[in-house]
Amino acid sequence: MRAGETNRHLSGWLLASPLTLVLILFLVLPIAMIVVVSFWQATEFSIIPAFSWENYDFLFGSPVTYRVFGNTIKYALIVWAFTLGIGFTVAYFLAFHVRTQTWQIALFLLCTIPFWTSNIIRMISWIPFLGRNGLANSALISAGITDEPLDWLLYSDFSVILAFVHLYTLFMVVPIFNTMMRIDKSLIEAAYDGGASGFQTLTNVIIPLCKPGIMIGTIFVVTLVMGDFVTVRFMSGSQSANVGRLIQNDIALLQYPSASATAVVLLITVLMVIGILLRFVDIRKEL
Amino acid sequence: MRQGLDLELVGLTKRYGDTVAVDAIHHHFGPGVYACLLGPSGCGKSSTLRMIAGHETVSDGSIVLGGSDISYLPPAKRGTAMMFQSYALFPHLTVADNVAFSLKMKGVDAATRRKKAMEMLALVDMTQYEGRLPSQLSGGQQQRVALARALITEPQILLLDEPLSALDPFLRIRMRAELKRLQRELGITFVHVTHGQDEALALADEIVVMNNAVIEQAGSARDVFNAPKTEFVARFMGGHNVLALPQGRFAIRNDLTRLAPQQGAKLDGRVTSVEFQGAHVAVTILTAGDQDVTAWVPEAQFFSDPKSPGDGVGLSWDEQALHPLRA
Repeated sequence: MRAGETNRHLSGWLLASPLTLVLILFLVLPIAMIVVVSFWQATEFSIIPAFSWENYDFLFGSPVTYRVFGNTIKYALIVWAFTLGIGFTVAYFLAFHVRTQTWQIALFLLCTIPFWTSNIIRMISWIPFLGRNGLANSALISAGITDEPLDWLLYSDFSVILAFVHLYTLFMVVPIFNTMMRIDKSLIEAAYDGGASGFQTLTNVIIPLCKPGIMIGTIFVVTLVMGDFVTVRFMSGSQSANVGRLIQNDIALLQYPSASATAVVLLITVLMVIGILLRFVDIRKEL
Repeated sequence: MRQGLDLELVGLTKRYGDTVAVDAIHHHFGPGVYACLLGPSGCGKSSTLRMIAGHETVSDGSIVLGGSDISYLPPAKRGTAMMFQSYALFPHLTVADNVAFSLKMKGVDAATRRKKAMEMLALVDMTQYEGRLPSQLSGGQQQRVALARALITEPQILLLDEPLSALDPFLRIRMRAELKRLQRELGITFVHVTHGQDEALALADEIVVMNNAVIEQAGSARDVFNAPKTEFVARFMGGHNVLALPQGRFAIRNDLTRLAPQQGAKLDGRVTSVEFQGAHVAVTILTAGDQDVTAWVPEAQFFSDPKSPGDGVGLSWDEQALHPLRA
């Protein structure tokens, strides 16, 4: 009896250990390393292991930090609003208006086709389109809508957000579509039977039941946008900054301790955002 | 107690592409009856119910309730309410909110809504569960909530789509008594779709037997059981033998089919199986013309003159027990 129990404990630990090991090696250790380095000191030509709050003092003391974090959160919020609006509409169309499963699968795959190419390629292909002499401007001019090329189409917040929305809408579509497909169609009929209009059914039945999907999509989009630096660099032509760019700059200057400190603050910010989101919706039943 | 209205189906038809699910059926449901649409799956009974409810468009014909054509009205404007097979309770709303749903849609204020919902919950004896979510209720409790939600709209006709099929047998018998009680108390028409003939016999004032998109026979439960008009009805209702006699085809109840001495019997054959079933013994006989006939012999009578498989027996019956069947 006793031996059996010990065996069970032992096999439990053994079964859990590979994953634990992977997580420790590739998740916990790197993060711990970043946290440790964030307390080190650095000069232009050397890095000194130490325990100092210098990096954090500098970070929180600089108005640039607040501006850049504000900018990052602004991007996240705007991109979230657009991806949610577009993603929900696309998912709704796929789940409730497309009748046959064959078409549902076909259209769903169609949504994923752009993902067969690389992020960067999809992003950069906007540049000739939006540029001063690009397709968009020449079309607008020849249509007589504007006389001069619009400058804000490229290398602006507009182009950054456009690229983000383009890149990440699918991350909203997939989880929302998934929750929508689980909604029993008879619930919609029951709402209709109870006298609900189409809009009332949407707000009283469909949206509440899609909340977990919306939340999962939100977490994807917010974390992706907040951690990004490539999109902001290319689409703003290095004219706007977000936290990712701040870190990238530090790394380029070999200021690893300062980059680490910024990364730690970003990590905490993102975790706080997710923590707040999870307060609203219980996503566990979706997983 | 409200007075129910007449419901009439006039040449009601449902086509899905080339297949006809309901083929020009005519039927009149009197006010305040408990009617069962009975038939095997795919016979068109559910499509008929869903057309009455307004969840399926009418291909042809019309549905007339209390003198007005409701065929093209939206579900909530018809004076009907539907109880769904899987109950279709909103999983994110509490019991009270589920019941009050239609009032909320109408814009009734919260206090009135709650009061009315509690009345309905009292009707189905569920007041103490008002704050629970559907997932925290048993099947029978969910069904009561679904009933209360349907009844809060004060329908003239309550439509029930196989309401008892998801329950275990014991609960099914209890719930059907409850449905019957509610129907009597409310005095409105219930149209109940089922594939179980025992359920239909137990509940219905009127049984409408459907097969292959048409109504095979309609009438009071007793008439339909005692005098089936077609072979399908006789076989589907159960408890009947279908006999091919020189004069034509007839249905006869198993318990009115008697064993008799072989001399002078109306049919004779050999016993193929004997099953004890408590109150009676089911004796299956293969007759000369290769027909299987079952006789339900009262238990005491059987054991006073027991038969075993292989024994030769005769069959007899009273002429008035035979019901001629339409070809």
